[in-house]
Amino acid sequence: MTGITTPGARLTRRTFTLGAVGALSALALTACGGSGTPAASSSPAATAAATSAPATGTSLTMWVDAERSPALKNIVAKFKAEKGIDVKLVVKDFAAVRDDFITQAPTGKGPDVLVGPHDWLGKLVQNGVVAPVQLGDKAKDFAESSIKAVTYDGQTYAVPYAIENVALIRNTKLAPEAKTTLDEVLAEGKKVVAAGDAKFPFLVGLDPKQADPYHLYPLQTSMGAPVFAQNADGSYDASQLTLGNEGGKKFAQLLTDLGDKGSKVLNSNITGDIAKEKFLAGESPYFLTGPWNVPDIAAKGIKFAVDPLPTAGDKPAQPFIGVNGFFISAKSTNALAANEFVVNYLSQPEAQDELFKVGGRPPALTASFEKAASDPVVKAFGEIGANGVPMPAVPAMDAVWADWGGTELNLIKGKEADPAAAWTKMAANIEKKIAGSK
Amino acid sequence: MVEIEEKPEVSTARPGGRKPSKNGRGPDSLGGILAKIILLGITDAVAAFVLFQLALSAEWLVFGISLLTTLAINWIYLRRGGLPAKYLAPGVIFLMVFQVFVMIFSTYIAFTNYGDGHNSSKEDAIASIQLSASERVPDSPQFPTSVLEKNGSYFLLVTTPEGEAKLGGAEEPLHTVTPSTTGPTGAATGVEGYGTLDFATLLQHQAEITSLSVPISANPEDGSLKTADGSTSYVYTPKLKYDANADTFTDTATGTVYSDDGRGSFVASDGTRLNTGWKVNVGLENFERAFTDPNLQGPLLKVIAWTFGFAILSVATTFALGLFLAITFNKADLKGKKFYRILMILPYAFPAFLSGLVWSGLLNPEFGFINNALLGGAQIPWLTDPVLSKVSVLMVNLWLGYPYMFLVCTGALQSLPEDVDEAARMDGAGAWKIFTAIKLPLLLVSLAPLLIASFAFNFNNFNVIFMLTGGGPRFDGTTFDIGSTDILITMVYKIAFGTGTGRDYGLASALAILIFIIVAAVSALSFKKTKALEDLNQ
Repeated sequence: MTGITTPGARLTRRTFTLGAVGALSALALTACGGSGTPAASSSPAATAAATSAPATGTSLTMWVDAERSPALKNIVAKFKAEKGIDVKLVVKDFAAVRDDFITQAPTGKGPDVLVGPHDWLGKLVQNGVVAPVQLGDKAKDFAESSIKAVTYDGQTYAVPYAIENVALIRNTKLAPEAKTTLDEVLAEGKKVVAAGDAKFPFLVGLDPKQADPYHLYPLQTSMGAPVFAQNADGSYDASQLTLGNEGGKKFAQLLTDLGDKGSKVLNSNITGDIAKEKFLAGESPYFLTGPWNVPDIAAKGIKFAVDPLPTAGDKPAQPFIGVNGFFISAKSTNALAANEFVVNYLSQPEAQDELFKVGGRPPALTASFEKAASDPVVKAFGEIGANGVPMPAVPAMDAVWADWGGTELNLIKGKEADPAAAWTKMAANIEKKIAGSK
Repeated sequence: MVEIEEKPEVSTARPGGRKPSKNGRGPDSLGGILAKIILLGITDAVAAFVLFQLALSAEWLVFGISLLTTLAINWIYLRRGGLPAKYLAPGVIFLMVFQVFVMIFSTYIAFTNYGDGHNSSKEDAIASIQLSASERVPDSPQFPTSVLEKNGSYFLLVTTPEGEAKLGGAEEPLHTVTPSTTGPTGAATGVEGYGTLDFATLLQHQAEITSLSVPISANPEDGSLKTADGSTSYVYTPKLKYDANADTFTDTATGTVYSDDGRGSFVASDGTRLNTGWKVNVGLENFERAFTDPNLQGPLLKVIAWTFGFAILSVATTFALGLFLAITFNKADLKGKKFYRILMILPYAFPAFLSGLVWSGLLNPEFGFINNALLGGAQIPWLTDPVLSKVSVLMVNLWLGYPYMFLVCTGALQSLPEDVDEAARMDGAGAWKIFTAIKLPLLLVSLAPLLIASFAFNFNNFNVIFMLTGGGPRFDGTTFDIGSTDILITMVYKIAFGTGTGRDYGLASALAILIFIIVAAVSALSFKKTKALEDLNQ
């Protein structure tokens, strides 16, 4: 796995062929779902070049962040040409989007469509500001995990377009072989450190105030302690917290063993930025991180591979996956136009391809993912993500993160004499909060 | 009331923004009249635009207030005389808009449960619950659809997977028809006697079409067809049914009845609550909660105590250091005085939030400059230990705040008459005696109001706390994300917008009012004392 270029930069003959096949199959599918009237046809590619629809005077407003805005330009232009509807892309500060939307939607002044991660869903539904999106047969064209993520209380609320999750990035110069368990990874890391080639056996960015339950979650799930029990359909049952089970207690012990009073592999003073800096400096063979750090690692010229997440127990190491998608406002006065755009246009491979090019995250649309997977990095992240579980979207998660992080921090710092008891206390606290917030 | 205040300004009164005439010239001079016409014209043009917009969106209360304000402005500036009103009007208007209105609004919010889950009106909540509760029948097919129109009512024409064309409307269950036209994929697109809507017409009637619900059979339990995009429809059944007369939702599968609990939610008898609620008045509950909720009461008292501690100690330390440096650098024979003074005020030139972030990095226990370079690799948890984090916050605020005190003290010192100093020395007073008995009291007369302002500023010094420690380390035993270095304003921010237990604007507004009362009381009391100090000196 050498000579990796930035994701999406290569357009080989194979990707091109795959793309053409993907586009054709999607075309066939959409055509099946479309009605007969030429104007309302949802097989846009057929009419795209031929005619352009007259302006209808209708326009949609869409909130989007600065990075994704350019990637949507083409599909917006196509929508305008075929349907005569303008889509105004309003660039918003990503951090403010969710709360601004919740506040503004009831006044009728919010956008018709917005882009966001699926874990906003709980809040958006709780505040009654998003409308369900019916994907119908198109749901089959998307990765199953991404559809699950945008489903809340049995309803689908978004058209997913990207999946992101963490993976283990390995500096292939320092550690040439992939390992599967955490013990092996750490042993290898320590060997490299002992040989004087690196300073840290293993890196993961933590928050000095909150640790990082998100990054550490794969280790936790591999010990059999997911946060909530899952229903048969894969959705979370927020009334059943499984965080505090036996596996969780073992995980608590592991954190202490790897922390300040133990082998010092986990260090709460190493923030995400510091971890990245050290990995870029070649000071560690392993870095547990997400695709957002890949471009910098590639740009630095480090030869790396993306490995499956190491297991600390006998269960699979499942990371949280975050799915980005397009939501429709419950208060949109252009619901029909918004549905047409979101369901029939943003689900097209060309829209998802463009979004992949700027974001570098594995696309949720299978056809686009297959194209993107010609890049081994994207392929590896995608395969690890397929094994992942959606980050819970229930509003109760807000309460969970803070306690979870705080306790992990104390464990890593070796402040808890009895890790299992501290973990049990945390679980009890979280249960109390979830009950209180209902 | 959760906006963040800017740096405390020295209380020199600023003249009102817009003045009807040029300095020193009466309103009757040509230039004055011209300026008046232009400024008033601009104001009226803006007002007319705003009024027009308000009238269009039928905001009649705001329209009335704006109209009255505009008329009042015109009356004030067009009549002769009444000069004080002409100077005061802009200031008063801005005060009303940016202070009084905000306070009234905060007070209103404090008496509601506005926040996550109680975001809008009851109608919105009911609509939203109905929307979410309408679920597609599992494994039902998707139907290629055309929307037809006849006598102003809309109909859905669908083609079943078997190739059969069916038509139905809101009052007319789906029945088989013979299509007159079909599309390229074989789906029915038209029926004799009905008009088929093209996409542009669909758009014009979006609301009617997306809310159109066509029963698929005479039995309503079988579900109904709906379309979201005008080209595809699905069969839906409602999971919950709303009964407008009883004002209840009923679960169609289990029969559970959810009724309005009077607190902005639909609740079943076993306590389960529907996801979406709405905003209602809750009276004094938010204030009560702040002092009785075991989750909030303990932390709130600790936070209040620390807020006072932080504000008082910040003023005391910055004033002490600022005054000391001012006196030191006030020596007439000191060389390079200007250079030192410029160095002194440097911290004041950085934005506080930036300094907060920089210091947060410097104080990192393992990689921070302080521990690493200055203390030889000691692992002192500057920001994560409950006591040390308080010390760190105070130290950083001292670094940020002393230049201001240095500036005002230098100014005040230079305005003290030299002869008092001399007379005291002639009477045999030592330097310390001169300072404590003469200089300090004289300084305090002019500086006391600034110290009070500084207290009020530090009482709400959001930047330093939020950027340096984020309020952490967190308290144990509370579900709120509140910690040892949180002051009231950061706590209000976290409750209003932060993570933890969801946004709660009602509670946050109640706490903001509490802050207002405390700051107002402390300021009133101090100004009274200052008055006494002034009287003493005269």
